[in-house]
Amino acid sequence: MILTRLLPASVVGLILFFLAFPIVVVAIVSFSEATYLTFPPPAFGLRWYQAYFSSADWLKPTWVSLWVAAAVVVLATFLGTLAALGVSRLSRPMRIFATGLILSPMIVPGIVVAIGIYYAYSRYGLVGTPIAMVLAHTCLAVPFVVTSVTASLAGLDPRLEQASLSLGATPGATFWQVTLPLIRPGVLVGALFAFITSFDELIVALFISGTGAVTLPRRMWDDLRFQIDPTIAAVSTLTIVLTAALMGCAHILRKRNQA
Amino acid sequence: MGEAGMNGAGRGASVTLADLEKRYDRVNAVDGVSLDIRSGEFLTLLGPSGSGKTSTLMMIAGFEMPTAGDIEIDGKSVVAMPPYRRNIGMVFQNYALFPHLTVEENIGFPLKQRGVPKAERAKLVAEALELVHLPGYGARYPRQLSGGQQQRVAVARAVVFKPRLLLMDEPLGALDKQLRENLQLEMRRLHADLGITFIYVTHDQEEALTMSDRIAVMNDGKVAQVGSPEDLYDRPTDRFVAGFIGESNFLPAIVRGMEDDIVVAECNGTTIRAVCPGRPATGDKVTLTTRPERLRFTDSAWNATPPQNRLSVTVTEAVFAGERCRYMLQAGDGTSLVLKEPSSAAIQRRAIGERAEISWSVADTILV
Repeated sequence: MILTRLLPASVVGLILFFLAFPIVVVAIVSFSEATYLTFPPPAFGLRWYQAYFSSADWLKPTWVSLWVAAAVVVLATFLGTLAALGVSRLSRPMRIFATGLILSPMIVPGIVVAIGIYYAYSRYGLVGTPIAMVLAHTCLAVPFVVTSVTASLAGLDPRLEQASLSLGATPGATFWQVTLPLIRPGVLVGALFAFITSFDELIVALFISGTGAVTLPRRMWDDLRFQIDPTIAAVSTLTIVLTAALMGCAHILRKRNQA
Repeated sequence: MGEAGMNGAGRGASVTLADLEKRYDRVNAVDGVSLDIRSGEFLTLLGPSGSGKTSTLMMIAGFEMPTAGDIEIDGKSVVAMPPYRRNIGMVFQNYALFPHLTVEENIGFPLKQRGVPKAERAKLVAEALELVHLPGYGARYPRQLSGGQQQRVAVARAVVFKPRLLLMDEPLGALDKQLRENLQLEMRRLHADLGITFIYVTHDQEEALTMSDRIAVMNDGKVAQVGSPEDLYDRPTDRFVAGFIGESNFLPAIVRGMEDDIVVAECNGTTIRAVCPGRPATGDKVTLTTRPERLRFTDSAWNATPPQNRLSVTVTEAVFAGERCRYMLQAGDGTSLVLKEPSSAAIQRRAIGERAEISWSVADTILV
C-alpha cells in the first residue's frame, strides 16, 4: 500500500530534482562571495550582482538583447497574427502546406537554420548588425505566434463574425471590434513567446551577431570560453527570473482565455 | 404596438427568390427555389436537415453566394451586395452574442456601426431591452444570462436598428420545451408589434405550425409545398409533406372514377372518396392519406358528423396516452392505420383483436 503510493511520488521527485538541479545550483552560486566558481559557496552576498550592474561589458549586451527582443515582438506578432488569419481561411490541403512552411524554422535543427541565415545575410552585408538579429529572430519567433493565434482562432465561433457582418460592421470593423478582441489572449501569448525566443537565443547569435550586435546569451558564451567568473551565475539567475515571469504571464493569459 | 415605440408603422420588406441554386462540389444544396415572401409576412422554411433551408437563409443574409438564380429585396437584386450593406436582422442558432461585450454593447453594436450618437444609442438599447422584457440587464455579460435570456438579447440586437427583414436560424433549437413554447408566442407578438417580415428556419413542424403565416416545406433542396399551416395540414399535395407535417395514414388505392371534384377510389374492395387537386385517370394506382385524429370508430360517441368513408379493421394495439388513446389498426389487405381518439372515462377502450368499423369525412381524405 505505502510502497505503491511512495514509489511514483519518489520517481516524480527524482525527475523534478534532475530538471531543477542545474538551475538551483546556478541560483545559489550567484549569491556567492567567492571570487571563483565553487559549490557550495563559502559565504553569501550580492557581490556578483553588483559586478553585473556596474559593468558596461554586461549591460551593453543586455540592452542589445532587450531591444532586439522588443523589435522581434512587434514584427513577429504582427506577421504571425496575419499569417494565422490567412492560413485559417485557406482550403484544407493548402492550409497544411502553408502551416508546414511557416513552422519550418521551429522544426529544422537550429544549427541548420543558423548556417542558412549566416550565408544569406553575409551576402547582403548584414552580419554583425542589430537588424540582422531582429530579422533572424523574427523568423524563429513567427512560428510560436502562428501556433498560439491559430489555437485561439480554432476556438472562435465563425457565426460571431457573420453576426457582426449582418449587424452592419464592415470586414475591417469586424476584425477590430470582434475578431481581434476575441483572439487577443492568443496574440499576447504569442508575443510573450516571441520575446523569450529572441531573448535567450544563442545559436543564430553565434553566427551573425559579429562584434556589432552582441546579445546577452552571446556575451555569456564568450565569457565562459575565456574566463570563468561568478558574474555569469548572477546574469543567468536574472535571465531565469525574467523568463519565468513571462511564462507565468503566458500561463495566466491562457487560463483566462479558456474561462 | 408597445410603448417601446419600435417601428410600428414601418412595413416589412418583400423578398423574391427566383430559381435560386446553391451547389457545393457536385451536390445541389438548394436546387431551384422560387418563393415570393410578402411584406410583413411570417414565413417559415421547414424541412429536415440537409433540405437546403439554412443554405437558402444564408444566401438571403449574404453569407453564401448563389450558384444561380436571383434574390430580390423590395424589388432590387441583392446578390452582389455584401451582408453588411443588406440591413437585414439575423438571429443565429446559439445566438452568436459577442462574449467580450456586455448586453448593452451587444445591442448597441449595430447602432455604433451606423454612427448613431452615444446618447441616442443608449435610448434605443433601453427600448429594445424593454421590447424583449429584459430591462436592467444591460450591464451583464452574455455568459451571465440563461439560454432564454441570451435568445432575447439576440433578438433585441437584430431588431434595434429597425431592419425591414428579420432572419432566424433555428433560434429556439437549444432551449427546453416549456421555454420554447413561451418564446414561440413571444416571437408571434414581436412579429405583430414590429410589423416587419420574418423568415424563420426550423425543422420542428409544431413550431412552424404555431408561429407562421405561411410555411414553405423544403425537401432535397426544393420547395415541396407552400401554404398556410391549415393548407399544409389539411391539404398536403405530396406524400413527403403529408408525412413530414403531422402524422398520416397512407392507403394504397385504385381510381375508379370522378364525381365532380371528388375521386372515387377502391381500397381492397372498399370504396373510398377523396379530395384531389388534379384529375387522375381511371385505373391509376394512387395513395390516399388521412390524419389519425380524424378517423373515428363508427359506433363511438365521438362520431357526430355523418361519416362518408368507411373501412373494416382489426385492432392490433391500444395505447392510453392521457389526453388521447392511440390505436394501431389493420385493414383487410394488411395496411396499417393509426387512429387517435380523445380519451373519456365514459368510453370503453377497445381490446386487441377486436374487429371494428372506422369512418371519416371525405374532406379529410386527400389523394397525394
